[in-house]
Amino acid sequence: MSDGSSSESTITRDDVAHVARLARLTLSEAELDTFTGQLADVLEHARDVEALDVSGVPPMSHPYPLTNVLRDDVAGPTLDRQEVLDQAPAVEDGRFRVPPILGEEP
Amino acid sequence: MSGTAPGLASAVAIAAAVRSGEATATEVVEGYLAEIEAREGDIHAFNLVLADEAREAAAALDRRVAAGEDPGPLAGVPIALKDNLTTRGIPTTCSSRILEGWCPPYDATVVERVAGAGAISIGKTNLDEFAMGSSTENSAFGPTRNPHDTSRVPGGSSGGSAAAVAAGFAPISLGSDTGGSIRQPAALCGVVGVKPTYGLVSRYGLVAFASSLDQIGPFASTVADAALVLDVIAGHDPLDSTSIPAPVVPVTPVLGDGVEGLRIGLVTELMGEGIAPDVAARVQAAAEALEAAGAKVGEASVPAVTYGLSAYYLIAPAEASSNLSRYDGVRYGLRVDAATTGEMMTATRTAGFGDEVKRRIMLGTYALSAGYYDAYYGKALKVRTLIARDFAAAYEQYDLLLSPTSPTTAFELGAKTADPLTMYLNDTCTIPTNLVGHAAISVPYGTGDDGLPVGVQVLAPALAEPTMFRAAAVLEEAAR
Repeated sequence: MSDGSSSESTITRDDVAHVARLARLTLSEAELDTFTGQLADVLEHARDVEALDVSGVPPMSHPYPLTNVLRDDVAGPTLDRQEVLDQAPAVEDGRFRVPPILGEEP
Repeated sequence: MSGTAPGLASAVAIAAAVRSGEATATEVVEGYLAEIEAREGDIHAFNLVLADEAREAAAALDRRVAAGEDPGPLAGVPIALKDNLTTRGIPTTCSSRILEGWCPPYDATVVERVAGAGAISIGKTNLDEFAMGSSTENSAFGPTRNPHDTSRVPGGSSGGSAAAVAAGFAPISLGSDTGGSIRQPAALCGVVGVKPTYGLVSRYGLVAFASSLDQIGPFASTVADAALVLDVIAGHDPLDSTSIPAPVVPVTPVLGDGVEGLRIGLVTELMGEGIAPDVAARVQAAAEALEAAGAKVGEASVPAVTYGLSAYYLIAPAEASSNLSRYDGVRYGLRVDAATTGEMMTATRTAGFGDEVKRRIMLGTYALSAGYYDAYYGKALKVRTLIARDFAAAYEQYDLLLSPTSPTTAFELGAKTADPLTMYLNDTCTIPTNLVGHAAISVPYGTGDDGLPVGVQVLAPALAEPTMFRAAAVLEEAAR
């Protein structure tokens, strides 16, 4: 992958395949073509931001400068465990059940 | 065509009648259910109509009134809820296959608050999947149609909530606004829509899209109804650590205070290129009406808003890509079985998300990925600071700002679905408010050349909702 400098032309088909893998999405060949074009359009529009000189400007990740919000360490009401587990695709012994993690039979 | 169904009163009038015993909640609910029965097939405002639940809640409320209790300021008022607000034991889909059938184990704070004030939930409304869109066409369950012209979109993403009020299916509704998702559909459907200050309304139970931008707000057919709902849902909530820990100043008491002496600036950067001339003309007319009512109206410049769209479409997808990583087929919603957990997660997400959601997840993942973070996401956050500075400078000269809500009136279904960037341009006027966490309201102000509703946007600094509502009330009166 490139260093992402502003001289970089546009997002490539390989870039899209890479981010799809990172985001755990499978794309067909046709989808890869369509999404590459559409994402390139959006990033092309974002060139105005890329070209802007913002050196010395602090980033704003949130509307307000929040610091950690703490509560008193006392027990309060929580979700009902059975009600939560009732919504899970698979459950065993009061826990969420998933297929083998490493592809081996347990 | 009239937006509001005939014979149905405002939320203010309904609550007064139910509290005084002049009307029963049951009569009110039956009236709205009949409207839904008659026209919902043409509109598709709802993912789910809660007919039985609403009847039961109305009967219970009527028993309380008969016993001498006061159920509260929204007594017996039906309310439609955007289907990204959690409702305990009632399906909450976000109009996505990945959450189809999910019954949340808790209510959103706003759902508890409106119920606590006597409102009756009448249904869960359609939206663009996970609130990503400007037309409600990105719903896994099919589009919602504009009640003023069913060949047109209602706007989005809260298109179902806007259409429900415009069609007379409910006097009030709740939506969420991340880049204009309350205000733009309100404008296109000819109703009032409010995006409150970030942190004024608890987001607990709002399914997260972009956490630094999302905010819940009301739709209504009158400014007074919107004020009534906002006063009920606003306020600190320990369950949302971003909610503002300060007492709320209610807006209802100042609705009649007028705009005499207020300084109101028309945002020049949002009145030029890309804004349809008939829409711009209505905003000019609104400015003149405010001036006639005693406001000092001038031109305001907020230069950095022209970068808002680009910054937003880097920041919002970046936050979304993180927030939506939770849909992995493990704890709730869809699971597509596969041999390993990793394969199961990929198969589930691939089958469960629609195209627009996939686009934004990938865009966000890209903007955050190694080598691109500084050029895209990092830079967008700095642009956000520039926009905030420009707004701060404009608000030294003006109390409020004015702009169009949407660049055009409602467009045809299918007109913009093939080209995501064209769709994104709908949000040009609304996005800046979310980026800086301020408040804004869209008020219907006549129609465009095509006879469809035009919305005028009143923008206000953080927590200046009382001033904003004063101007909105004046505009509503002038539009009559």
